[in-house]
Amino acid sequence: MSPIENVSRRRFLTGGIIAAGALVLGVRYYSRPSSGDKLPHDTNTDHATLHPSVYLGINPDGTVWIVASRSEMGTTSRTTLPLVVADELDADWKRVKIEQALGDSRYGDQNTDGSHSIRSFYDAMREAGATARSMLIQAAAKEWGVPATECETDLHVVVHRSTNRSAGYGELARAAAKFPVPKREDLKLKPKSAWRYVGKGQVSYDLEALVTGKAIYGMDARLDGMVYASVEHPPVLGGKVKSYDDKEALKVAGVRQTVPIDPFQQAPAFQPLGGIAVIADNTWAAFQGRKKLNIAWDNGPNETYNSEAYKNELRATSHNPCKVVRNIGDADAAFAKGGKVYEADYYVPLLAHASMEPMVALAQFQDGKATLWAPTQNPQAVQDIVSKELGISKEDVICHVTLLGGGFGRKSKPDYVAEAAVLSKRVGRPVKVVWTREDDIKFDYYNAVASMYMKAALGANGKPTAWLQRSVFPPIPSIFDVNAVYGDPSHLQQGWTDVPYDLPNLRIENGPAKAHVRIGWLRSVANIYHAFAVQCFTDELAHEAGRDPLDYLLDLIGKPRTIDFKGVEYPNYGASMDAYPWETGRLRHVTELVAEKSGWGKRKHGKGTGVGIAAHRSFLSYVATVVEVEVSDQGEVRIPRVDTVLDAGLVVNPEATRAQFEGAAVFGTSVVRSGEITATKGVIDQSNFQDYPVARITEVPYQTNVYIVESDAPPAGVGEPGVPPFVAAFCNAIFAATGKRVKDLPISKLGLS
Amino acid sequence: MIQLKVNGIERSFGGETEMPLLWYLRDVLGLTGSKFGCGIGLCGACTVHVNGQATRSCVTTMRDAAGKEVGTIEGLDKDGLHPVQKAWMQINVPQCGYCQVGQIMQAAALLNSKKKPTDQEIDEAMSGNICRCGTYQRIRAAIKAAAGEVT
Repeated sequence: MSPIENVSRRRFLTGGIIAAGALVLGVRYYSRPSSGDKLPHDTNTDHATLHPSVYLGINPDGTVWIVASRSEMGTTSRTTLPLVVADELDADWKRVKIEQALGDSRYGDQNTDGSHSIRSFYDAMREAGATARSMLIQAAAKEWGVPATECETDLHVVVHRSTNRSAGYGELARAAAKFPVPKREDLKLKPKSAWRYVGKGQVSYDLEALVTGKAIYGMDARLDGMVYASVEHPPVLGGKVKSYDDKEALKVAGVRQTVPIDPFQQAPAFQPLGGIAVIADNTWAAFQGRKKLNIAWDNGPNETYNSEAYKNELRATSHNPCKVVRNIGDADAAFAKGGKVYEADYYVPLLAHASMEPMVALAQFQDGKATLWAPTQNPQAVQDIVSKELGISKEDVICHVTLLGGGFGRKSKPDYVAEAAVLSKRVGRPVKVVWTREDDIKFDYYNAVASMYMKAALGANGKPTAWLQRSVFPPIPSIFDVNAVYGDPSHLQQGWTDVPYDLPNLRIENGPAKAHVRIGWLRSVANIYHAFAVQCFTDELAHEAGRDPLDYLLDLIGKPRTIDFKGVEYPNYGASMDAYPWETGRLRHVTELVAEKSGWGKRKHGKGTGVGIAAHRSFLSYVATVVEVEVSDQGEVRIPRVDTVLDAGLVVNPEATRAQFEGAAVFGTSVVRSGEITATKGVIDQSNFQDYPVARITEVPYQTNVYIVESDAPPAGVGEPGVPPFVAAFCNAIFAATGKRVKDLPISKLGLS
Repeated sequence: MIQLKVNGIERSFGGETEMPLLWYLRDVLGLTGSKFGCGIGLCGACTVHVNGQATRSCVTTMRDAAGKEVGTIEGLDKDGLHPVQKAWMQINVPQCGYCQVGQIMQAAALLNSKKKPTDQEIDEAMSGNICRCGTYQRIRAAIKAAAGEVT
């Protein structure tokens, strides 16, 4: 079977440019199934004539099949990773066909989250392309009776220049397949100067389908004989059905039956929430039938959860000593010396993902196997949970990944897919579960509500002599272990333990908080609230010290150096510190550059206008952002301009990267303007876009200018890192324009008029 | 029995008259280009043309659609090359793309009534269409590009 090797701890290839992330279990080479064999999850790529890698196959007609093993939710990873293969292969992009992978561990990690698709798979993609290219060259050399070293490739052909011969990839595929797959150490990768696509980029492979309505999302999956389901979930997390009456529901035209779904056991993880499903002939009938259900609930212990009281609890916890996660010097001793001491509390509420496509999945359970079509960021997690729920093996769970109508982390958690699988087994037909927007808002895995307490003593030049920060938030591991209350290293690392300031006394703490709703990953995750507190407090101190915020920020970042995390649990987003050191010089550089690009200090700002700045490293990328705002006398906030500079190492697809940072500014706008989920007696108060508004065209930055730093450092994340500095810079700009500090998000509560 | 035209084809519907047009298009006709986003007319993902007007199909009942001409993305241009679609590709607007069909239908209706919309007119016309990926800046640019071609 396919050899799987752990590539996580290697730095390899390409003269030290590249390092793989710790999450990757990559399968490099894969022997083709013998004729007639049919793997449960196989692809056209697997059956191609030349097939030296799970990710790549070439047919005699010259078609190059490339597997997209990561999910496409708008970040263009489905295009950009295959582009790396095509580049290294010297393939003609027009002759490339992309196949979406099914969930299958032979592709390595498929959870498309954490902004690591490029970073973790860049090498694997290059190797796949280089392997095939090497075999094609050998086949041509043998055919022509010349040394392989004299042959090279041009676009989709092997050439021997001195004899002016060339042969297409298609005509060489059969002969090339007879050669052994070259060893990794024998692979010759293209020099940067010969790159065709990497660094230049490409629009989405699906662009035409996206603008013609032909693109197939989870919402669009159809099977003959399928029925539709809508599920009434327990309104409080952990609640159960006491009793229910479906008589009226069954009278609704098109409703076929109702099916109770068991509540989750122990911690929610990715299990279905439970409740009553209404099965109908079309979506609308299922929705209507559901409204007629009469259910008595046992709400369980989370019935006591109220957001207002919970906020006070978090704040109170943060005002007392908590668990120290990093310490330099002795902050308390410095505070005791007196001088000017400043304190501040910052607060960010629960946030919902609100991807435009609500949760949806189509499942067909037949002959002991479950086949699913789902907009999922994590098809292997689908295999896991469906196999557990149905008591079948993982191999008997076949998960097709459709396009995703947004994901933002929500669709890494396949509870909704498990629902469809459970229902299909019960109903004996293909079942498509469709969540309403209300279901999506009320039953999310929310970004954690967080309270941050900040304290600093300022010295003679206004620079802090001591700095203390405490964050308190219900942690994501609580979805797997209800007793988990402290932030785990992988979320504390997100802008908290790695505060980059060069200060003599620095203490970083984290306090406990019990979760009462499901907490999950949302674009940028803990970086949102951590960067908000750190970067806004920095701006506040600059003001107190009477210094320019840019100058002050650079002073705190200090001289270029590599942060030493000795004795600190700092996972570095799963990457090695050797390949991805924390370099303050790069943060300085993007900060200085964004100041220059935005004309910091050079442009005049009239009454009600102002600019704010923030800098932050997340997902291994360094980003600095300047936001300009105008606030009217009525308190209406406009954002005429945003400038953002990123250093994400090697950027494979600059066009897609710019789009991600434009989008991040919009996502951040929603966080600042209106993002807030609250609960009363354990029930989420919001339900749809009228009470959980997300930013519209009239509210977003009019112009976002994105500048990419040219870099040969290994590739880092681009999907998420734009959000955190935008949020803080926006809030700092509001202060500059109005003199009002934003400490509690969203600003809809602030009253700016 | 309700009679209507969808993309120029005569259709009749004998089901629930309260069913929103969106679900008729998607579940009954299998025209899945129009998307479900909120179900209450707040996000615009379901936008189609009814007698040429941009309309939220998730809150338009079949009774309301009776006798009308409904246009969906599938019928906007037979080659998928309506000026708005071309501009959307030229400016590389979509990210996830889910809302873009609704955005395109809204923009096409706007350009039918205003050949050269101003920024303010674009914002007003497009403010009912949410894009969670945040492609608004490109949407505005693409509408202007399409306006250049439409004239």
